[in-house]
Amino acid sequence: MDFLYSLFVGPFVDMFSTPDFLLQVLWEGFVTGTLYSLIALGFVLIFKASGVFNFAQGIMVVFSALTLVGLYQAGVPAYLALLLAVGVMALLAIGVERLVLRHMVNQPDIILFMATIGLSYFLIGLGEFIFGGETKSMITEQLGLPTGSTTFAPFGGVLILQHIDIAAVVIAAVLVAGLAFFFSKTRIGRALRAVADDHQAALSVGISLNQIWAIVWFAAGIVALATGIMWGARSDVSFALQIVALKALPVLILGGFTSIPGAIVGGLIIGFGEKLFEVYWGGLLGGGVEGWFAYVIALIFLLFRPQGLFGDKIIERV
Amino acid sequence: MFKKLTTGAVAVALAASVQISSVSAGESLYIPQLSYRTGPFAGGGTPIANGFGDYLAMLNARDGGIGGVPIVSDECETGYNSQKGVECYEATKGKGALVYNPYSTGITLQLIPKAPVDKIPVFSMGYGLSAAAIGEKFPWTFNYPATYWDQLSSIIKFIDSQDGGIKGKKVGFIYLDVGYGKEPIPLLDQLSKEMGFKVVKIPVGVKEMQSQGSQWLKVRKERPDWMIMWGWGSMNPTAIKEAAKIRYPMDHFIGNWWSGADVDLRPAGAAGKGYRSANMAASGTDFPALQDVLKYVVDKGKSQVKDRSQVGTVLYNRGLYNAVAVAEAIRTAQKLTGKKVITGADMRLGLENLDLSAARLKEIGLPNFALPIKASCKNHGSGGAIFMQQWDGKKWVKTSDGITPMTDRVRAALEKAADKYVAGKPDWVTQKCGG
Repeated sequence: MDFLYSLFVGPFVDMFSTPDFLLQVLWEGFVTGTLYSLIALGFVLIFKASGVFNFAQGIMVVFSALTLVGLYQAGVPAYLALLLAVGVMALLAIGVERLVLRHMVNQPDIILFMATIGLSYFLIGLGEFIFGGETKSMITEQLGLPTGSTTFAPFGGVLILQHIDIAAVVIAAVLVAGLAFFFSKTRIGRALRAVADDHQAALSVGISLNQIWAIVWFAAGIVALATGIMWGARSDVSFALQIVALKALPVLILGGFTSIPGAIVGGLIIGFGEKLFEVYWGGLLGGGVEGWFAYVIALIFLLFRPQGLFGDKIIERV
Repeated sequence: MFKKLTTGAVAVALAASVQISSVSAGESLYIPQLSYRTGPFAGGGTPIANGFGDYLAMLNARDGGIGGVPIVSDECETGYNSQKGVECYEATKGKGALVYNPYSTGITLQLIPKAPVDKIPVFSMGYGLSAAAIGEKFPWTFNYPATYWDQLSSIIKFIDSQDGGIKGKKVGFIYLDVGYGKEPIPLLDQLSKEMGFKVVKIPVGVKEMQSQGSQWLKVRKERPDWMIMWGWGSMNPTAIKEAAKIRYPMDHFIGNWWSGADVDLRPAGAAGKGYRSANMAASGTDFPALQDVLKYVVDKGKSQVKDRSQVGTVLYNRGLYNAVAVAEAIRTAQKLTGKKVITGADMRLGLENLDLSAARLKEIGLPNFALPIKASCKNHGSGGAIFMQQWDGKKWVKTSDGITPMTDRVRAALEKAADKYVAGKPDWVTQKCGG
């Protein structure tokens, strides 16, 4: 009886009795969800262009953030370090295209996937070789990002909004909107979709596969850098950050691997869902449910929409 | 050019083989280092490995080793991964390894059953399986200066001495959801019943180490009077930042000694002011032995530290203290056996008879560096005390003398746990201790 109460009644009583806390939970879910969307977007961009799940996206988040912090620590001014970090991600994109992808045109997807695993290990090694394995602090204030918090008193309670979280939401939203526009309303966006459908067909109509791949990997690098800055400011910059990127997997399953709106909506659903479930129902299962709950949400959606919420329905005729 | 390169490569290979053969010839003291300078926990693993390696290098440079025998120590990268740790063990045990310091509870648990078979002791200094402190049941494993259970009981004792006692209070326990983090939970449950406080357990998965929003919302919901943390790696700075975010009173937030390093608090800076943690060794370089490390190793460019400022940090000194205990156990073994070059079995004897008293610490250039360690056949955990340190916004400040564990409660629980571990293992090697 107690179990049923804790499952169906208790959490809702908690929500209504402390609405300020519910608002705090929802805000945390929103911020986390926005950041998940941003990570997922990095995966979606590359998946759309090459049909491959980029295993290296997580380490790209770490590598870009470490480059930024490392350059600053070496005496480069913060904004110049930011520009140089963007430059490094551009070089990485060109390097990946020249040294890896160019040699794999028209290869099966699994070969490309394996290549991204190799790239991931290469970047881990290179990052550790250059920057060392120590944890580093993100240069939040030096980049002009806000710190501190504002407290509200809704329903006579307390709601604390961290300024860095507000900035994260705004920057993520601008970046997502900008990239969504770029890839859906421009020539490159259309070329990208053509490349995603069929490499050979895209080449035959004059689309430069190499150029598209370099652009897309660069865009994914920018997304990785933004994610690294935001997540690094919330905790710190370490190689553990690459694990956070794996949280995007259920977001992709839910939203569809090829859909930018899917990444956004999927991220928000997972963000809100996992926070609400962990805080109000997690105790029933001993806590720590966040790690797997996102997959449960994704699986439930998959039961009804196997291609994800916004994914392309693939019909193959035999 | 190619010829030169080839000749060079052959020369290097020959030199390497000579070194390995000298190790196997047994004219040195071989101490393998299972370190992790890569992966998600490298931030903690690197300073520990530096401190450990630098002290041994200093003994080689200053004294020609221990008892006139040079120390050979090489690192094997585990990445804090149990499987890789076992691979490192298997790859190095044949070189005449004297002792293994796994620096991971997960790896320790894997090596405990191997130790009596290969006759190489496992020394998990202040971590690992708490029950291994029972020397009769675990002759080949050592975990002084204190087990996790001792440490937890000391922290609970500290809380009990504050704000009118712990009875009736609510204590939050936030922990890394792996073997290490779960290790003290049986004792925590026992103490909560015996001492009348409520426990709220908050696990943090490895994937959530840098994303602890939910965990700290739960803390805000439950409003515990005290928080105890059993964290490691990036979990620590993130937790401290999140605690500051929800405005949890920092002086009521206590980490164990793996949640109280400089790297844990620097990202939070002033926001972490008041946070407390346990510790086993002093920070800083104001000790003759550490000055020797700087003089003979760091300044000569033989250390892996990037600069002098990395010497003397909490985790560097922890690694160094580990090497001190190993070196002193070797000395003890040399004295007991009369041999200069010892074996793993001799090392076990040395570890079991280690008496690292305050006087001895002073003698080796580490006065008041740590609380004394005294091992025995029965007690491989020493049951040592911890001390508290507090973050003042910029650095750690020692704020208490030694807080002894609740031996009366802990020892019985450890014996019970040791019996449980050994039960059902008919071939398990035990030993009888007199007195």
